[in-house]
Amino acid sequence: MKYYVAKRAINVLFIVFAVSVIIFLLIRLAPGDPAITMAGEHASAVTLARMRTEWGLNKPLIVQYFVWLRHALRGDFGQSILTHQSVLVELVQRFPNTLELSIFAMTFATIIGVLAGIVSAVRRYSFFDYASMIVALFGVSMPVFWLAIILIMIFGIRLNLLPTGGRLGVMYSITPITHLYLLDSLLEFRFPAFLDALKHLILPSLALGTIPMAFVARITRSSMLDVMSQDYIRTARSKGLGEKAVIIKHALRNALIPILTAAGTEFAGLMGGAVLTETIFSWPGLGTYIVQAVSARDYPAVQGAVIFVALIVALVSLIVDIFYSYVDPRIRYE
Amino acid sequence: MKNSILMEMLRYTRRSKSAMFGLFVICCFVFIAVAAPLIAPHNPLIQNLKGNLQPGFWASKGASFLGTDNFGRDILSRIIYGARISLTVGLVAVFIGVLLGMTAGVTAGFLGGWVDNLLMRIVDIMFSLPSILLAIVIVAILGRGLDKAMIAIGITYAPQIARVVRAQTIVVRNNEFIEAARAIGASSLRIMVVHVLPNILSVLIVYATLSIGSAILDAAALGFLGLGAQPPTPEWGAMLADGIHSITGGYWWVETFPGVAILFTVLGFNLLGDGLRDATDPRLRKNA
Repeated sequence: MKYYVAKRAINVLFIVFAVSVIIFLLIRLAPGDPAITMAGEHASAVTLARMRTEWGLNKPLIVQYFVWLRHALRGDFGQSILTHQSVLVELVQRFPNTLELSIFAMTFATIIGVLAGIVSAVRRYSFFDYASMIVALFGVSMPVFWLAIILIMIFGIRLNLLPTGGRLGVMYSITPITHLYLLDSLLEFRFPAFLDALKHLILPSLALGTIPMAFVARITRSSMLDVMSQDYIRTARSKGLGEKAVIIKHALRNALIPILTAAGTEFAGLMGGAVLTETIFSWPGLGTYIVQAVSARDYPAVQGAVIFVALIVALVSLIVDIFYSYVDPRIRYE
Repeated sequence: MKNSILMEMLRYTRRSKSAMFGLFVICCFVFIAVAAPLIAPHNPLIQNLKGNLQPGFWASKGASFLGTDNFGRDILSRIIYGARISLTVGLVAVFIGVLLGMTAGVTAGFLGGWVDNLLMRIVDIMFSLPSILLAIVIVAILGRGLDKAMIAIGITYAPQIARVVRAQTIVVRNNEFIEAARAIGASSLRIMVVHVLPNILSVLIVYATLSIGSAILDAAALGFLGLGAQPPTPEWGAMLADGIHSITGGYWWVETFPGVAILFTVLGFNLLGDGLRDATDPRLRKNA
């Protein structure tokens, strides 16, 4: 088990390293003077000269990469051209915002998706089965940003029930402790602020969670159907177990592995969906950061953000792997 | 042999009502795209600022069926012309992805050894980034525009296809006819092209069909972010970005119909792709 975890952890390091090499090369390949690319078009001659010496831009590419790596390992990903802030500081500040949104969206997606999938599998070909599978099919076929717009039009504008942008109303303030607003407001017993933060979370997480929910529902259904036709389910039934016990204890537990894998891989997709959802809901997370950086050709920010996201995605998949090697011992001995 | 596998796949697919419905939807959109100049009631680019944000058929007298956008352009005509762009992007992007992924997958699976290791490592690395983010980064470096968006999306689809093709190639590689081909002195390249490729075609078709839907979604997303098709191109994602500010005024039609068009096109490809996939899986066939 230890060996397995260590092997996977080394793999995470390798992937992040490789992503950093590739993104480094890609940005150097972009047309134009790399000093201008990194300092912005409006940088003065002095700044440009300083950039060239500090980052070794007149040296060979391989030397440049190691100069960059030395900076990066100290937590220096350079300065954003747009905001003149340290890229790493900005990423760390924005990460909890995306994390809160993703956790909320994923929780909702998994709970509803698994429940709908189980009911669909158990009551196969029932009205509920058809209805939920049609909803799931529409869910995977629609653009996440369009769903977000429709939600805003219905709940934000027509019904005027929920806020359509930002994380918190202007009349509330929260002392950032964990930077997860729901948690912070509870820690200080500020219930009105908690409710307001919750309201701000609902529409973005509905938009972000719908596609993963549809995936989870479809996979739960097919995985449960697979398991339900196994001999051990017939054995469990024939020894007189109640249908509930058969479904929950015998079927669901065995159906869980594909569902977990799906939920794990969906997380990478979730970070992608966050780019669009955050943009529409003006959510100050990593997604909006990347879109702003790309639009402004803010290369240091793009570079830092991409490596940061790759690290997060790799860590999440590591955690999922460890988790299901714990659930299913067969995986460890492959 | 290749024909019998493909024909069998198509025969099973034809029995699936949902796959046939998907094919029907795709055919409708292909027809709309091809016949756009004949069926579009207005020019999709002509602006009419006096007649902007007019409602369509649901209001008493709508000059344009689905209403007009904030520049007074006819939304129905823009959606009709947009079908050309979305279908082209979907097909071209997936073609690029299939070309790259198939080459990498067959080479890795057939040759094995360090080539396989190297290629699969590259695939792993590309998988570590969400596909839309990878596409955004590639566009950031190549520059904006529809052509670059197609290339970017194609590249992001290659790893998925490479993995599937590699797995299938390994299965095919161990067949006796490969050994026979080698025994009569065929080169590796010839075996890959003449003997392996036809045998992985069915899997390739399934994945390509499923990928077209997602490629259309990704292209719309890039268009929406202003990184794909540039205005005034009537691309569905860019249309949604153009009209985003009109929603506060209650002009819901500007933001509703382009999305519906995306939804149904993607739905068509997903239904057909699901049907094709089920037809290649013997276990699912029995249940059908």
